Amino acid sequence: MITTIPQNSAFKWSYRLYVALFFFYLALPLATVCVFAFNDSVFPSLPWEGFTWAWFFGDQAPYIGVFHERPILRSVVTSGVVAFWVAALSVFVGTCNAFLFVRHDFRGKGFLYILMLLPLIIPGIILGISILVFTSNVANTLEDATGLWFDGLRPGIILVILGQFSFITTFATLVISARLQKFDPGLEEAALNLGATPWGAIRQITLPFLFPAMAAAAVVAVLMSFENFNTTLMLVGSDAPLTITMFDRLKLGSTPVLNAVSLLLIVGSAILGLASLLLQKK
Amino acid sequence: MKSDKSKLTFWLLLSPLILWLATLIILPHIGMFFVSLREKVGVREYETSFANYAVFFNEPLYWNTFARTAYMSIAATLLTLLIGFPIAYYIAKLTRGRTKTTLFLMCLIPFWVSELVRTFGWMILLRETGVISQVLQYAGLVNGPVEMLYNDAAIMTGLVYTSMLFMVVPLVTTLDSLDDSLIEAGYDLGGTSFSILREIVIPHAMPGIVSGCIVVFMLSLGNYLTPILLGGKDSLWFTGLIYSQFITRFNWELGSAFGFLLLGLSSLIVFLGLKLSGQSLSKTMAR
Repeated sequence: MITTIPQNSAFKWSYRLYVALFFFYLALPLATVCVFAFNDSVFPSLPWEGFTWAWFFGDQAPYIGVFHERPILRSVVTSGVVAFWVAALSVFVGTCNAFLFVRHDFRGKGFLYILMLLPLIIPGIILGISILVFTSNVANTLEDATGLWFDGLRPGIILVILGQFSFITTFATLVISARLQKFDPGLEEAALNLGATPWGAIRQITLPFLFPAMAAAAVVAVLMSFENFNTTLMLVGSDAPLTITMFDRLKLGSTPVLNAVSLLLIVGSAILGLASLLLQKK
Repeated sequence: MKSDKSKLTFWLLLSPLILWLATLIILPHIGMFFVSLREKVGVREYETSFANYAVFFNEPLYWNTFARTAYMSIAATLLTLLIGFPIAYYIAKLTRGRTKTTLFLMCLIPFWVSELVRTFGWMILLRETGVISQVLQYAGLVNGPVEMLYNDAAIMTGLVYTSMLFMVVPLVTTLDSLDDSLIEAGYDLGGTSFSILREIVIPHAMPGIVSGCIVVFMLSLGNYLTPILLGGKDSLWFTGLIYSQFITRFNWELGSAFGFLLLGLSSLIVFLGLKLSGQSLSKTMAR
């Protein structure tokens, strides 16, 4: 079953047919979502009523397009803010972790490394509830003790950021560590010999070398943050990110506006995904 | 002086890690454990007991849902492996160069898209007024609309679709590292396609199979969107119970106990998978 071994053609063609069917199955739901974003009907279903841009640019009810739909636009902004902070925090902590695990040897390193990987095997919904329980207890204790309000520790945008950061950091650490391991420490020593300070050598030699990995980690973080649902669901307050807003809409009944948003999301995430691959290849 | 400085660097690098793990991972889980051991006996009065766990074992609905979630997840994992393995083999062994990159990317793209969008796609396809139902009616294969949503097959379709990538990617990586000459040698020594698959290809792909299965199982077990949207109100998925205890009924004690049971099951399966195949967590997860 490899290219150099001849196979009977019936087998070969049925294998190819299977692969083709598989890719059809992969593409089917996404293609359907995209096609119905252009259907001139208030339900995303057949029959096909003609082509329209109304679900993107329309401003007359019931044809309110994405770009005139305030709640959706607002949740996109919320998602953007969350994604920015998650990316910034997780790349920062991820870079520190990479230096720690690649450059330093210390007691308990193996144990800490396993702990660092744990967020990968904790289901997202449990990460969400555990953080919810913990921050509420802390907030209650603090409020009882001081008599002040601690709204930041109640469900809302700050908890959403912390919840997503708690597992995305692991991915950032893995991506950045992989690049730092390939770095030749000789380059840094050369800089030190030429009179650079230790911090200067890291800033001018090591960090530029790491930059593609840090950028890739940031892109991955933005992607994961935008599409995260489980953890966010448990921590969300009144200002919901995009996935939560879409979920609430979907439960009420869908209109092609959701298809239009989905189409934009598909295009956006494909571009970001390709960007992260290109950055990691560098 | 120098060692002082490197010690300082070490502590500065260590502190974000410790801060992150302690405040967002370790302490919350310990806290959740204590909450799950609390029994409400009056207004703001609690006693330590296993009452919440007892509720789980005494109420058939709860443990039936738990068992159902577990075996549906195992079924989804096996199905994903069966469907995904030939694809991974095709990409790794039967394609070269640009075709290979393209096929691999085509596998990756649906994974980058939000799970919500993928599930929405299946809803448009499968529901009573959906595309498949209408196409079948148009073709004259059925009279009247068919509802394909809100049943176990729909949940399975969604779960397999959502987790396919996590199976295909590790499989392609391990199969890629299998030297073609080993397969040729197998044929030269008179092996049949089946015996080569069993004795050369599958043993070599084992690390990929294990890590793929572990990830797919965990994702299915902890999935909320797919069972709720494709399975409807009666989907009976354990994460749905956790959500309703926390958000709808505000019974955090019972919800925490449920959370711990789910976490326990998922850790147990990961542990068993790693033990049975003799792999370590760091190797499996770092791929």
